[in-house]
Amino acid sequence: MSTTATTIDRAAPPEAGPRAFIRRLRDGDEIAHVVTLVFAAAILLITSLLVYELWMDSRLSRAKFGWDFFWTRTWDPIFDHFGALPFIYGTLVTSVVSLMIAVPLGLAAAVFLAELAPRRLSDGIAFLIDLLAAIPSVIYGLLGIFVVVPLMRTVIGPALKAVLGKLPLFGGPNYGVGFLTAGIVLAIMVVPFIISVSREVLLTVPGDQREAALALGATRWEATWQVVVPWARTGIMGSVFLALARALGETMAVTMVIGNDPKVSASLFAPGYTIAAVIANEFTEATGDLYLSALIELGLVLFLMTFILNGLARILIVATERGGGHPS
Amino acid sequence: MSSVRLIWRKSVNAVMLTLTGVAAFGVVCILFLILGYFVYNGGRSLNWAFFTRLPTPVGESGGGMANAIIGSLKLLFLAALIGLPVGLMAGVYLAEFGGKAFAFVIRYTTDLLNGVPSIVIGIFAYSLAVAPVKHFSTLAGGLALGIMVVPITLRATEEFLRAVPGSLREGAMALGASKWRTIATVVLPAAAGGIITGMLLSLARVAGETAPLLFTALGNRFWSPGWSQPTAALPLMIYEYAISAYDDWHRQAWAAGLVLLAIVLLANLGCRMALGRRGMPRSS
Repeated sequence: MSTTATTIDRAAPPEAGPRAFIRRLRDGDEIAHVVTLVFAAAILLITSLLVYELWMDSRLSRAKFGWDFFWTRTWDPIFDHFGALPFIYGTLVTSVVSLMIAVPLGLAAAVFLAELAPRRLSDGIAFLIDLLAAIPSVIYGLLGIFVVVPLMRTVIGPALKAVLGKLPLFGGPNYGVGFLTAGIVLAIMVVPFIISVSREVLLTVPGDQREAALALGATRWEATWQVVVPWARTGIMGSVFLALARALGETMAVTMVIGNDPKVSASLFAPGYTIAAVIANEFTEATGDLYLSALIELGLVLFLMTFILNGLARILIVATERGGGHPS
Repeated sequence: MSSVRLIWRKSVNAVMLTLTGVAAFGVVCILFLILGYFVYNGGRSLNWAFFTRLPTPVGESGGGMANAIIGSLKLLFLAALIGLPVGLMAGVYLAEFGGKAFAFVIRYTTDLLNGVPSIVIGIFAYSLAVAPVKHFSTLAGGLALGIMVVPITLRATEEFLRAVPGSLREGAMALGASKWRTIATVVLPAAAGGIITGMLLSLARVAGETAPLLFTALGNRFWSPGWSQPTAALPLMIYEYAISAYDDWHRQAWAAGLVLLAIVLLANLGCRMALGRRGMPRSS
């Protein structure tokens, strides 16, 4: 058996098997290969460790509250009773508000950059918008506290109340801080992502689609809105998911303007709380293992939300850029 | 009848197209408004003491953030030390060695890691480096930032290595160089400019991160000697001062904000100008 094995081994091209592998190791190439492979695997390790730590460190809270964690409104560190509902609610509401502002604004700007602006102007503006995306979130928080909150209290809030005050959505007292303020600040923070990804997706739409619509007598706007944008819609959805994932996980700016009050309120003017904000505020003060564990479980929830959204976004964007997003 | 409809369609066209232009310029205006506001507000409070003095006790005006500036530099140094080698080597693997399935898994995991909210990275660094030793430290903060540096560095490295023309590789190999010598002496130097710029961009991004430092580096009103004590950092100070109740602290928050904004934007401006728009690693 051994003799035949060696002869076959010599004759065959290098292939799998531990011995062949070790032999190939002696060449420098294989060492380089293995070393870089180890670093690549380290990324896999870091990410799995991240999930493992979140899962293990939240086990106290998971064991005690089970699924009720998600439906409970109480957040009471003194009596060790923890429910995530106000935070999940606040996270979703602020993110949805931000998207309601950022999607129309971002899409319109992307259409302008991809369809109307001359290439050099478009590139210049896209460059500036990338800079906007690079501004740290604590800077937005600072502006939120000292610019947006006073504006909300004196201008935006009263104006909205005058027009829509009858709706429960805009009822209640206006403190300046709250869901709407956080949503506005978040919108400014995520709009660069929507613009820059949507613009790239729109630029990949084949020119003959546009020309065909124009040749049929469509106006520039009709060609854009009824042909180009639908063609790119999967990719645009991708950019929206990406922005949503950003908005869900955004911490500092939201913490500074949301009001930090764990309540589920119908009014957008009411102060609230988000998952990221409560972790930021209470993590270092968490006395007791259950308290800390509940905060880490909130982190796990946040991680899973962004994980799913990022995955979806990536699939959609890749699908459109390959041209597969269009129903043929 | 049909001419009325045509006029209607043309006016819709004009109105909507104008609105898209307004949206684009509106967003750009936000950037300049932010810059102007910070230069105006921060410029008034910025002085020499800001860079050279320690924070003063509550109620006493004056003082600076020298400890936070040094703290931020130390954290960035650690982040670079931890994150850059991993990102670089893994990027080399993906561009030069990677097979199909495993490379796909690594790429996907990297995207995933890039999308993890920074506050969750903070929790992770806390469980790794704070909980076991039971005290906050510069080291833990550097670890959190280092993890965030990896995905962006990896992306930049891979993209720029792939952009190196195949003829260079073939030339080196035709001269008898082995694959790793080709990579180390020909391919990497050819891509070095781009890779270094990508690394600087990734450091510029984490320089402004606050959330992962809240419960790793913690913050400190004094100097933090060595690596195992809590340290101040510029973004942490901005946060702490902004939510405080003192006017003097607010003024200093604006000054610190201006400094941070200037560092981050200048680094971005420089890097992106050097690269040109094409081939720039996506920040998303």
